[in-house]
Amino acid sequence: MTSIQDAKAPAGEVVLEAIGLTKHFPVRRRLRDLFRRQHSAVHAVDDVHLTLRRGQVVALVGESGSGKSTVARLLAQLYPRTGGDIQLHGESTRVKGGSSFRAYAARVQMIFQDPFASLNPVHTIRYHLTRALKIHHNAGDDLDAALAELLTRVSLTPPERYLDKFPHELSGGQRQRVAIARALGAQPEALLADEPVSMLDVSIRLGVLNLLRDLKERLDLAILYITHDIASARYFADQTMVMYAGRMVEGGDSETVTQTPAHPYTRLLIDSAPDPDRLTGDVDPLEEDRGNGEPPSLINPPSGCRFHPRCPAAMARCSTDLPVPLEIGDAPGHWAACWLYDKAGAR
Amino acid sequence: MAEPVLEIRNLNVDYGLGDRAVHAVRDVNLTLHRGEVLGLAGESGSGKSTLAYGMTRLLAPPGVITGGEVVYHPQQGPAYDVLGLTDRQLRAWRWAETAIVFQGAMNSLNPVHKISTQLTDVLKAHDPKMSEHSRSARAREMLKLVGISADRMDAYPHQLSGGMRQRVMIGMALILQPQVVIMDEPTTALDVVMQRQILGQLIELRERLGFSVIFITHDLSLLVEFSNRIAIMYGGRIVEEAPAATIYRDALHPYSKGLLSSFPALRGPKRELAGIPGSPPDLAGMPAGCSFHPRCPKAFEPCNSAIPVLGRPDTPDGAGRSVACWLHPAEQPVG
Ligand SMILES: Nc1ncnc2c1ncn2[C@@H]1O[C@H](COP(=O)(O)OP(=O)(O)OP(=O)(O)O)[C@@H](O)[C@H]1O
Ligand SMILES: Nc1ncnc2c1ncn2[C@@H]1O[C@H](COP(=O)(O)OP(=O)(O)O)[C@@H](O)[C@H]1O
Ligand code: SF4
Ligand code: SF4
Ligand SMILES: [Mg+2]
Ligand SMILES: [Mg+2]
Repeated sequence: MTSIQDAKAPAGEVVLEAIGLTKHFPVRRRLRDLFRRQHSAVHAVDDVHLTLRRGQVVALVGESGSGKSTVARLLAQLYPRTGGDIQLHGESTRVKGGSSFRAYAARVQMIFQDPFASLNPVHTIRYHLTRALKIHHNAGDDLDAALAELLTRVSLTPPERYLDKFPHELSGGQRQRVAIARALGAQPEALLADEPVSMLDVSIRLGVLNLLRDLKERLDLAILYITHDIASARYFADQTMVMYAGRMVEGGDSETVTQTPAHPYTRLLIDSAPDPDRLTGDVDPLEEDRGNGEPPSLINPPSGCRFHPRCPAAMARCSTDLPVPLEIGDAPGHWAACWLYDKAGAR
Repeated sequence: MAEPVLEIRNLNVDYGLGDRAVHAVRDVNLTLHRGEVLGLAGESGSGKSTLAYGMTRLLAPPGVITGGEVVYHPQQGPAYDVLGLTDRQLRAWRWAETAIVFQGAMNSLNPVHKISTQLTDVLKAHDPKMSEHSRSARAREMLKLVGISADRMDAYPHQLSGGMRQRVMIGMALILQPQVVIMDEPTTALDVVMQRQILGQLIELRERLGFSVIFITHDLSLLVEFSNRIAIMYGGRIVEEAPAATIYRDALHPYSKGLLSSFPALRGPKRELAGIPGSPPDLAGMPAGCSFHPRCPKAFEPCNSAIPVLGRPDTPDGAGRSVACWLHPAEQPVG
């Protein structure tokens, strides 16, 4: 690990950008549908724009099935995209085959939700980390020193205590730290963390999040933090984007999005989060949701605004016209895809 | 305070026998009062589920109850120890007196039966004399109560979302009108929006039907909002127990405080998050004395050798709460 401090780009510079990113999964058709003209598909991600900058964390928040993991996998080029573009330092990228994928993975690494599943149970920590270093030619002359440095970076010290352990001999939090160390072995510029702490115990989540924050600062990483816990986005991310049914519905700096949410769905999400200050007794049933808490089908997503069947503020045009991102005006860069903020259009 | 409905006294549960046994639940004393929601929080492996399985005698081998009592107070008649019931009495007691919704229960519905059939089967098992017609009317009524419309009655589990399946499980638990409902992480797998809707419904039903709830989760912020009292578990023991608001504003046990400061707050000023250093204890090698001492920022002289007992603390509000910590030696032990 010698070149890790090498500045690959100045702070704040755009590292990775998604432009109109779209992913539709074909649905396996039943025999009787075969002769129908229309091909059905799961509209998992539609027209997503996202910018990751050096030294910044962007949180992607949304309920399960809203498409968060699909966005991460697209950005990691684990799936081919249906449409749109992924640009690394302004250059369009599409990996084909092993070597171009490895070159891409050297710059963009992913961390998965389940640290149990992402490490191979028959191999030691030493094996996992050595492999990561060697694939990306980052082992240098002194492999042992490089390994020790990786473990130290993720606060697994002294390194000798962990190197020859098997994954099952470590706790969940320690395993997730190993997964992070392995990602760092590639010396990436961007880290895509898909719910990195949601399988961990409450008492150790904070430690792993603080570690990621620390790495962001020390290594100037661009981090995508995917979570369904919007409170953790407030603490941990510079910017927060909210996804609903495959589309981005709101974005801005984290404090603004969580404290003065604009989109009716973000408001519902925030009102639903547990609130210890709202003590027992006054559990008001949510009036903000006209539905049953159910997300819509992504095979036939609702027309117009995908939230309109549940939205308490829905207007006539909402069921026909797809809302465009509109500026809210309370803080720079705060936007929502909602017709409520269409100052020009007829209400 | 209302009268007790379920009293757990000195309950001990082991996994395995003899030298190899690990003590998963240790000397637990806990009282559930009529009509209340008692929250049980603690990190993974602290023994919450084992306690729930133990007190309902649903432990699978190698789990064994090695001591204690679980005193149940029926609506009519004298109290009795659930641990002393015969298998037959036990079967009648479960569901009818105490129902349980387990962790991941929504995946335990039988995939080949309609949900309506699964509900009427519970009724059939407990009251074979009930007519077909009243069984299905009762099932329909119950599903309506938990927010599932009549036209979904004949759906199969795979046709329902996770949230709807969880509603069915809650309906199934309530269908025989039990006095006590034990819920182990009933909404952890669900989204916050769905979670709030289901819990709101549960609280409303509890007011209407008058049952008591033991609600188990690792999400303390959820418990503070939804329960009346909270018990905190660590390493198989209850380490603190108090009204929900008291735990939130004025927890005494350093572990409870640590848990509370592990949650980022969505509202209000951003607090500094301290969290808890170290990792959860290993049951096979539980630290001596207070089992939290290796992680405790306040540990002092007696902590690594003597076990603090759960008891009333010497605070002005000491009568309504208990804690097991040498910083607040018990004036009067619980149990
Ligand atoms: N069948 C078993 N054999 C041996 N040990 C067991 C068994 N089941 C559970 N344990 C141990 O008992 C302890 C308590 O487990 P339990 O499932 O009650 O925890 P919990 O508090 O419910 O955790 P979670 O929050 O993960 O559900 C753990 O250390 C666990 O590893
Ligand atoms: N490989 C796949 N094939 C078909 N559908 C998929 C696949 N992966 C995800 N989906 C669907 O795409 C939608 C978004 O999923 P996902 O990105 O995993 O959401 P999230 O991470 O927000 O929970 C869901 O409806 C999901 O069922
Ligand atoms: S566009 Fe219309 S339906 Fe969609 S969130 Fe805004 S008001 Fe509601
Ligand atoms: S008894 Fe000692 S170690 Fe245990 S919680 Fe109290 S102060 Fe900490
Ligand atoms: Mg996901
Ligand atoms: Mg459990």
